[in-house]
Amino acid sequence: MTPTASSTASTAPGLGVLDDVVRSDSSLRRFLHGLPGVDQVGCEARAATLATRSVKTTSKAFAIDLAIRMVDLTTLEGQDTHGKVRALASKAMRPDPADPSCPPTAAVCVYPDMVATAKQTLGESGVHVAAVATAFPSGRAAMDIKLADTRDAVEAGADEIDMVIDRGAFLSGRYLDVYEEIVQVREACARPDGTSAHLKVIFETGELQTYDNVRRASWLAMMAGGHFIKTSTGKVQPAATLPVTLVMLEAVRDFREQTGRMVGVKPAGGIRSTKDAIKYLVMVNETCGEDWLDPDWFRFGASTLLNDLLMQRTKMTTGRYSGPDYFTLD
Amino acid sequence: MSRIDVRKTYKLYIGGQFPRSESGRSYVVNDAKGRLLANAARASRKDARDAVVAARAAFGGWSGRTAYNRAQVVYRVAEVLEGRREQFEAELRAAEGVSSGRARAYVDAAVDRLVWYAGWADKITQVVGNANPVAGPYFNLSTPEPSGVVAVVAPQGPLLGLVSVVAPLVVTGNTVVVIASEQHPLTAITLGEVMATSDLPGGVVNVLTGSQAEIAPWLASHMDVNGIDLTGVADPALAASLEVAAADNLKRVRRPAPDTDWLAEPGLDRMTHFLETKTVWHPIGV
Amino acid sequence: MSRTFEYAPAPESRAIVDIKPSYGLFVNGEFVDGTGTSFKTVNPATEEVLAEVAEASEADVDNAVRAARRAYDRVWSRMPGAERAKYLYRIARIIQERGRELAVLESIDNGKPIREARDVDVPTVAAHFFYYAGWADKLKYAGYGTTPLGVAGQVIPWNFPLLMLAWKIAPALACGNTVVLKPAETTPLTALLFAEICQQADLPPGVVNIVTGAGDTGRAIVSHPDVDKVAFTGSTEVGKAIARAVAGSQKRVTLELGGKAANIVFDDAPIDQAVEGIVNGIFFNQGHVCCAGSRLLVQESVADEVMARLKRRMATLRVGDPLDKNTDVGAINSAEQLAKIRELSEVGEAEGAERWSAPCDLPANGYWFAPTVFTGVSQAHRIAREEIFGPVLSVLTFRTPAEAVEKANNTPFGLSAGVWTDKGSRILSMANRLRAGVVWANTFNKFDPTSPFGGYKESGYGREGGRHGLEAYLKGADQ
Repeated sequence: MTPTASSTASTAPGLGVLDDVVRSDSSLRRFLHGLPGVDQVGCEARAATLATRSVKTTSKAFAIDLAIRMVDLTTLEGQDTHGKVRALASKAMRPDPADPSCPPTAAVCVYPDMVATAKQTLGESGVHVAAVATAFPSGRAAMDIKLADTRDAVEAGADEIDMVIDRGAFLSGRYLDVYEEIVQVREACARPDGTSAHLKVIFETGELQTYDNVRRASWLAMMAGGHFIKTSTGKVQPAATLPVTLVMLEAVRDFREQTGRMVGVKPAGGIRSTKDAIKYLVMVNETCGEDWLDPDWFRFGASTLLNDLLMQRTKMTTGRYSGPDYFTLD
Repeated sequence: MSRIDVRKTYKLYIGGQFPRSESGRSYVVNDAKGRLLANAARASRKDARDAVVAARAAFGGWSGRTAYNRAQVVYRVAEVLEGRREQFEAELRAAEGVSSGRARAYVDAAVDRLVWYAGWADKITQVVGNANPVAGPYFNLSTPEPSGVVAVVAPQGPLLGLVSVVAPLVVTGNTVVVIASEQHPLTAITLGEVMATSDLPGGVVNVLTGSQAEIAPWLASHMDVNGIDLTGVADPALAASLEVAAADNLKRVRRPAPDTDWLAEPGLDRMTHFLETKTVWHPIGV
Repeated sequence: MSRTFEYAPAPESRAIVDIKPSYGLFVNGEFVDGTGTSFKTVNPATEEVLAEVAEASEADVDNAVRAARRAYDRVWSRMPGAERAKYLYRIARIIQERGRELAVLESIDNGKPIREARDVDVPTVAAHFFYYAGWADKLKYAGYGTTPLGVAGQVIPWNFPLLMLAWKIAPALACGNTVVLKPAETTPLTALLFAEICQQADLPPGVVNIVTGAGDTGRAIVSHPDVDKVAFTGSTEVGKAIARAVAGSQKRVTLELGGKAANIVFDDAPIDQAVEGIVNGIFFNQGHVCCAGSRLLVQESVADEVMARLKRRMATLRVGDPLDKNTDVGAINSAEQLAKIRELSEVGEAEGAERWSAPCDLPANGYWFAPTVFTGVSQAHRIAREEIFGPVLSVLTFRTPAEAVEKANNTPFGLSAGVWTDKGSRILSMANRLRAGVVWANTFNKFDPTSPFGGYKESGYGREGGRHGLEAYLKGADQ
């Protein structure tokens, strides 16, 4: 299926009034630019205020376990090996071997060629395999290659696909191209049995630069049927930030209000400490409410975060501070 | 047989018109030697009320003009005054009994004062405004704005004193109801004629003649007057009672200074006293 | 596993403050007993009595004014500005050092959330002293002359006890005046702690005098013949009484009084930030803010959406223990104020406005009022005209910019206003046409030592903050 620039999206996502929006480049553009603006200073001030919440004792224990369950334990390095991925998958299933009450992470996140290895290790543990596809992280490849990348990962057993949008197309205002690309990747997530891998749409917010762009990208991806919207690849600075995530949380909240459909949010990159993770959970709690406080609707894309969560968790149970030597690196 | 001259009827100056007092009253104004000069209108509280209405109606337009435009209008008042200087000199000689030289000096100073204040219209904001470096990502600017309708009790000086209290209010965008010197009211009405022919919109300056003690309390207690300048009030008890009345709506009050040397160069004070500072914040972001 | 993310109590420790059972007056550098009776100050969140505080009599005020006059004549007015500056810098530093203590004490005595006392009040207080310290030796560049007025009598309110103290004392001292300051009767404790800070800073005796008490004490200060300058922040009613009291004298006066600010939201506003601005505008400090955005003017085309978002946001406000670090809305400062808020809210209902309060459990003891919004309010309603000084928002709608301006200005007050729109030229046009001393565009309730603050019309006269704030404490360039 090769769409031309003038074609309409191949599958209407069933968004009611919003269906008309995606019928042409100009209507889509009008819609996205008609979204309420985001005042940078006000947005950052709100995020900073939420970051002052003090989460202690029982609520901290709750938040730590929830955060662990939300981690997409990630390795996305050129030097990744099957051994490294197997080790990471083991850690995802039993993050703290010394404490069986410690919950598993939500997923491991790897390159497509590592999906089979990860899947093999994780088996029926319930921990998902997420694969970055579509010429991650730049997204600079021909469409058929991106789709092949996606299908390949799904065939290898990926439960979730983390795609990148074409930031060049987005920044030059070719919104319908971006939209159709997401629709096609989503279709490429389909499996023969009629089910489908979940699609996370990465904006690389550090390249979109403005919160207005982040809000537009969020609506674009949600209208195109993305299951999750995700901040960053982790390869570009700044990656996830609290205010960027706030804008995305507001978007999914408003999108459900308008369409009835829930979309998840995944900040990724740069979240390293328990303190940071809890700030995000507070923000989810007070922006979208408890419906989103679930690994099905909120994830952390992170690698080193998990160990800090585990150290803090141990501190909560033992009453003393732990050290890195007591936790495995992967 | 010599020609019988046509005398001028001195009326009030309200809203750009020259009405008689609605009360139908007048009072005798004598020259320095006690001879009749003319009858002046004796304004009532209702005239004061009408003057406030006129000043309020003029405020939006006048304060909304560009400062450059206000400067030009006030400069035009100076030009027209200069053109009619002989008339004013004669009136000063008659009213105050001053010498020709003295009268000329007063008119010179009055013209020069108008020119001086005219120039301030588009500079006062730069001198008393501020960009404020707040500790955060905000644009923050303080600028002066006129207080609104200001009532003025003019000092005795029939021309220079009057010009010196009215001009600073007018250039900054306020509109004015002025009670002219009770003893020397005629020049004020002649000045009204100058203003009426100088592109100054009606209602920007309104001139009342009559009894200070009778009219001023109505202006001091008027809830649609934003400020009161008591410069010309010589009686401390009257001044205090006017200040008390002014508190009803928290008018900006300028206390009496009847003995001011009007020939000295004024500072900014007469302008800034009836200016408000407005500070506007806006975030700086992309 | 529960899916509810409840925040466990996170109380700030009270141990850092040492509240004495009773306090005297701070006169001439020492704490002295008052000759009047004493009164109690209570924690409005619990109704617990915190301390007995001396009520300064007329004679006590006279002593304080004498001390201030002596200090003015002999020490402070003669001291080079650079030296005065160093005292003010010292005070600023001690405030920073003892910041947590001041914040906790402020929260306990006032009822405001510790988060605000800690993150807004106290840092701004220190910044204010730091800012004016720097002016003390640069007055000749400010344009108001360099001659101080003398003894300043200062009377401050209970909503920002320490911050209002800083707004009064810092510029007065920087300009070379000495002061007699009366904190509000319900919130005297941080002012008395400030007196201790003056001692720690070795400030010469008599430069700052703190006299506690109620209306009578305030009147004694205002009418004292040897007070050269009166500075008051509080109600418009008392402000008018002060203006009458000083009539015919040579006393200089500045008044920072009430407000009924319009917060104007256009249909193209950055909506999430606007909702935050509305919330911050009226629920910050329990709405005990003279410049609170207590009248929301929302464009009709977005009124329903804004209201839905506002109510959803209000439901997340955490009302309760002021010392809990997660509290957003604390206690109403006094039983008297609570009664006034209740009364006006009942009037609002009786006049036909629709009342909605955020669902929240209010503590059994103490003075509490749930964040409340009234819709269907017209300009004629009392809740649209009178200052409620509590967490109560009145919502009106408008259709055009001209109508918004007309409604916003249709009040005897003129302290502040808010404008929310993405259109730059409209912001500037609105800012020009609003008759208010502070216009917050796409933000609200922001304060800074460099930024002048004060009202038009019945919101008072004079400015506090910035270069303009010096004018109130100097004789002027022409003198």
